[in-house]
Amino acid sequence: MTELTLAKALGSGLRRALSDDDKVVLLGEDIGTLGGVFRVTDGLQRDFGKDRVIDTPLAEAGIIGMAVGLAFRGYRPVCEIQFDGFIYPGFDQIVAQVAKLHYRTAGKVRMPLTIRVPYGGGIGAVEHHSESPEAYFAHTAGLRVVTCSTPQDAHSMLREAIASDDPVLFFEPKRRYWTKGEVDEDATALPMGKARVVTEGTDVTLVTYGPLVATALDAAVAAADDGVSIEVVDLRSLSPVDFDTVEASVRKTGRLVITHEASESGGLGAEIAATLTDRCFYYLEAAPVRITGFDVPYPAAKLEDHFLPDLDRILDGVDRALGRVNSLTGWSA
Amino acid sequence: MSTTVPVKAPMSGAKKQTPEFVQLLDPDGKRLSDELYDPWVSDVTGDQLASLYEDLIVVRRIDTEATALQRQGELGLWPPLLGQEAAQVGSARTLRPDDFVFSSYRENAVAYCRGVKLSDLLRVWRGTASSGWDPFEVGMATPAVIIGAQTLHATGYAVGCKFDGVDSVSVAYFGDGATSEGDVSEAMVFAASFNAPVIFFCQNNQWAISEPVGLQAQRPIADRAPGFGIPSIRVDGNDVLAVMAATRSALDRARNGGGPTFIEAVTYRRGPHTTSDDPSRYVDPVVAKEWEARDPIARVEAFLRSEGVLTDELAASIQGRADAVAAEFRAGCLALENPEPLSVFDNVYATEHSGLARQKSQYKAYLEGFEK
Repeated sequence: MTELTLAKALGSGLRRALSDDDKVVLLGEDIGTLGGVFRVTDGLQRDFGKDRVIDTPLAEAGIIGMAVGLAFRGYRPVCEIQFDGFIYPGFDQIVAQVAKLHYRTAGKVRMPLTIRVPYGGGIGAVEHHSESPEAYFAHTAGLRVVTCSTPQDAHSMLREAIASDDPVLFFEPKRRYWTKGEVDEDATALPMGKARVVTEGTDVTLVTYGPLVATALDAAVAAADDGVSIEVVDLRSLSPVDFDTVEASVRKTGRLVITHEASESGGLGAEIAATLTDRCFYYLEAAPVRITGFDVPYPAAKLEDHFLPDLDRILDGVDRALGRVNSLTGWSA
Repeated sequence: MSTTVPVKAPMSGAKKQTPEFVQLLDPDGKRLSDELYDPWVSDVTGDQLASLYEDLIVVRRIDTEATALQRQGELGLWPPLLGQEAAQVGSARTLRPDDFVFSSYRENAVAYCRGVKLSDLLRVWRGTASSGWDPFEVGMATPAVIIGAQTLHATGYAVGCKFDGVDSVSVAYFGDGATSEGDVSEAMVFAASFNAPVIFFCQNNQWAISEPVGLQAQRPIADRAPGFGIPSIRVDGNDVLAVMAATRSALDRARNGGGPTFIEAVTYRRGPHTTSDDPSRYVDPVVAKEWEARDPIARVEAFLRSEGVLTDELAASIQGRADAVAAEFRAGCLALENPEPLSVFDNVYATEHSGLARQKSQYKAYLEGFEK
């Protein structure tokens, strides 16, 4: 057991993966000498060499496409996309090739790629550095999409993603890179496809993932002061979604609030609301509520606090689910 | 009469008529001399050239049969390779089994040379599968339909070969249209930076559906590669011997640590883009006629006859073999079975995906309703 930041826990996961399997290679921009712009790969090129930790030219399609070729050759590539908003030049290779090759070849060609993506806002960055593009990938058949919220999950889930024979989009909550937590490299981990009930509650199920798990936990503490018991579910996997765990929680609480940084329309929240309505309609006491980023491009840094769901907006959503006075009823109601 | 004597260039006499590309056999079947590229084919005997001739005849016959199958409603679509036989056969026949090809969808002659089963060539076009064969059995990935995407895969594979310390080479086949795609430029950047043992084999067939090559490039396409630090060769793509020489030189460079080579094989797509296309809307028949006169098969035939290698008897036997292959091809096509409905869910993932498992079980229950 060691206390590590989430970024260091990812680094230790990569280190273990490189040690455990000769076929694991890392590719990305600035991941070698510099150790990555967030230092996640710090020291790995020094220790594993330039053929294992590869600084690539600045071309995301090139990074992913080269990884596809390496996978054909039996390698297990881990690609780093420097920032969420930089993934789009690689989108075609991810969606048209990585996601489809196993299906196209009737299982003859495996694509055990892991594509690491620092994502989400809250760091006061300029445009293209704060986005949450996970829904594009969760919508794409053939990809697995996961995201971590704690250093232990960061470490364990990343190793599981790299070991997976399916391609995995691994979204890293960049504003939580510096969150510290205990990491046991040999812990028996909850499989990455499973959701986790982070804190139990009886009145409202609050479903979230990645950077907003910490915010949701704060909301649960604040609500408890108000006599409301929130059960927080960390999805961890966005494709597939562990609906069984969410359903069990909603059957208990009867109320569902979903929160994510990504825009509302066509987002994960819509999928979860629709599926839970389908699966436990008669257990719901109120319509599911979504608290999300707005359907706008990610705004300038001085506006991001308005865009990002925070504790108060989440609690407002909880009030909506509970039928209490909230922003939609008008404050005088 | 057959010969095991190498197909040598004359000491003097016929000179290259078209200096802008490497040509060893001119359209009339004259063997031209080329100081640089003759040595790469100095071991090719008359018999071996006759064997390449047979390949050219067979792949053209297969191609004709496939178009007929499409016209008869047995295939949904077919991309004819008429005119490009030499570019494909000449390059593919130089590869070793441990080399690896990443191609586009018109490389059916390449697939034939790699040993792909005839019926496997048709699975995609008959719609019974998303791709035709096991890439690892024949050293050739199934075609990429997204233009240019495979050039990056070839580059990554080549880098893997380098890491593994083997001298296998990967070859990316693509067309003139693909050179406008970003992926192809990125592939050249990566290949040059990592000194990857890859050959970029561009069949400049002058057309990207209806768009002439002039819309893709203002200079010969081969001129682009040196800017990336990649040596390039412009070769007569209708000359099977010249294509072989160029490919051998590139393979040799790649196997010996010299990195990537770009080959522009100048050829002409004499058929439509696919069976759905109508080239009469955009092809100048006069130009098409000119290219017909540069046929890749006629020149080999003329040369082999002048050398006394090809007799009427041998020609008839080759044609007979081509017809037999076509018959086998057709029978293989008609024997392809439709896939089971629930196989639509198979192989999306290598391991179980709970969301998909739910959809599959629901659809299974739905289908069972029709059995009652």
